[in-house]
Amino acid sequence: MTKAQWRFEFYRTGVVIITAVLLSLLIIVLVSDMPGLAIKLFLTGPLDSLRHFGNLVEMVVPLLFTGLATTVMFTASQFNLGAEGAFFFGAIGAAFIAVNWNLPPVLHPAVAIVWGGIIGSVFCGIPGALKVKWGSSELVSSLMFNYIAFFLGLYLINYLLRDVTAGAMVSFPFANSSKLVKIIPKTRIHTGLFIAVFTVLVMGVFTYRTRWGYRIRVLGTNIEFARYSGINTTWTIVMSQVLGGFLAGMGGSIELLGMYRRFEWQTLPGYGWTGIIVAILAHNNPFYVPLAALFLAYMKIGSDIMSRSTDMPNEFVAIIQGMIIILISASSFLSKQRHKMIVREAIS
Amino acid sequence: MNAVFEIVLNPLFAFSVLRVSTPILFAALGALISDKAGVINIALEGIMLISALAGVIFSAISGSAFFGLFMALFFGGLVAFGLGYVSLKLKTDVILAGIAINLIASGGTVFVLFLLTGDKGISSSLASKLLPKIDIPILKSIPILGPILSGHNILTYFAFISVFLVWFLLYRTPLGLRIRAVGENEHAVDSVGISVVKTRFIALIISGVMAGFGGAYMTMGYISWFSRDMTAGRGFIALAAESMGGATPLGSMLSSLLFGFFDALSNSLQLLKIPYEFVSMLPYVATVVGLVIYTTQKTKRMHRMRIKAESKKEVL
Repeated sequence: MTKAQWRFEFYRTGVVIITAVLLSLLIIVLVSDMPGLAIKLFLTGPLDSLRHFGNLVEMVVPLLFTGLATTVMFTASQFNLGAEGAFFFGAIGAAFIAVNWNLPPVLHPAVAIVWGGIIGSVFCGIPGALKVKWGSSELVSSLMFNYIAFFLGLYLINYLLRDVTAGAMVSFPFANSSKLVKIIPKTRIHTGLFIAVFTVLVMGVFTYRTRWGYRIRVLGTNIEFARYSGINTTWTIVMSQVLGGFLAGMGGSIELLGMYRRFEWQTLPGYGWTGIIVAILAHNNPFYVPLAALFLAYMKIGSDIMSRSTDMPNEFVAIIQGMIIILISASSFLSKQRHKMIVREAIS
Repeated sequence: MNAVFEIVLNPLFAFSVLRVSTPILFAALGALISDKAGVINIALEGIMLISALAGVIFSAISGSAFFGLFMALFFGGLVAFGLGYVSLKLKTDVILAGIAINLIASGGTVFVLFLLTGDKGISSSLASKLLPKIDIPILKSIPILGPILSGHNILTYFAFISVFLVWFLLYRTPLGLRIRAVGENEHAVDSVGISVVKTRFIALIISGVMAGFGGAYMTMGYISWFSRDMTAGRGFIALAAESMGGATPLGSMLSSLLFGFFDALSNSLQLLKIPYEFVSMLPYVATVVGLVIYTTQKTKRMHRMRIKAESKKEVL
């Protein structure tokens, strides 16, 4: 994209975000019996105490990983929606290492996170491989793999790692050495935040400054051209999906080791799906992933806080998120302004 | 293993295969129609969910199951129209628009349910109605066949009838010809003065109405209440069924039955001492395997055709 186009996309994304916020307020006013309090909590809730701010940052961390994962998979023009399953199953992998192994601190979570990433990469890599080998739709197979990851994961936890004495469907507690250290008192913000920020930088540089990133981008823009220029498209597609799965799996492991004492998820946590919205909001640019993740997390935490003290259910956020996806990806939304801006750029 | 055979050979099992295949079949036919028009409708999942809730709400309000069904179909068509509007008019990528609709459906149905009943999980406080079951007079008394084929919900019969209806629509009517032509080559269709956008709109709306039937069946036949995210990927499985069925009505029906078979099997095997997680995985694994088998066959067939075409060229 040229500079003018990026500037336009910035402007347009801003319009979409403002529209989304106004739409949320409208829904609250229409539905709630106490709109004043609901709106106040929704807009300022995440910042009104250290604990709530902690919740916000805690939610940004997994979204950075699933956002980056979906970004790299979408950059290759593959509609792989498997980040959800890879996130979940990566966490399962990490749980096994965290419970069963005995390693010194630092090394223990590191091994667990890498192992979680490797497992996640399998779950996103297979739909990619099926696509390039036989042309099976990666969309459909990645959706199926989300369900497979979920049920297989629950099976492994309940039959191999379940702590029967705990009274709930949870795993044995993780070894203390495996947990990520909390860095800010009174919150659960953990060292995973550093890994996440570092990964954002690495992925940004990878996408825009290395030949592998360049290959993925060329491939995503025009696969015929990529093939003609001698890029091994089969290999590049599979590798981009494997990389995406690795990031999602890492994210799942870090979320688990940073936030939990045992494996206790009984449903898919949903970060993979939100990660798709993050990628769309960030226009598949890793450097913008943090902004997008922060916005979506802010909205989610705000609505959670609101729903706890008012009559507003927090599910309406999903409606707003859907609207955001549609408006951001609607290429004819504000297309007249786009035309004007590009013309102005060309003239000046 | 013997216990598994006992379950599968029981007429009750065949009955339940037809029962669980019904929503998948409706959605697969919906997927087929939009696919023929060259649009991938991944919003089927969300449309089914919205229709399922609409059926419950409107049958409870009106006291009439058929009015509930009508509103379920209406909402199915309406949401598909919305999908058409954002993808054809606003030029949103249709897959992203589908993801958006699924998201809106998942949160929006719970939102509406909560506003109406104060409950976020289940609609049991709404006195919704069920669509009638039909006993087929003579067939009913035939052993084995009777218990399998008779006594189904009216929509189950309609699902199998609509396999024929969809075939007729696509291959025997001018509209069907247009839909297929738009999917094959939109520029050719455009050049003879047929509106591509309008044809795709019509195909999408029919597709949405089919998914609406599936949704209505979920809450007014399969079970009698709405619960959050109750479609559990059936819309996605339907996409796989359509693609594995080679994008034909009959093929979609057969592969829907195959997934129905695994779905029913997973329901029955839970009675045995097989871990439920393992069994719940079956339909999804079957879908991936089926999809791969179908696509490998297709690549082989295309490869063979190419070789044939090349050898012909050499002879000439």
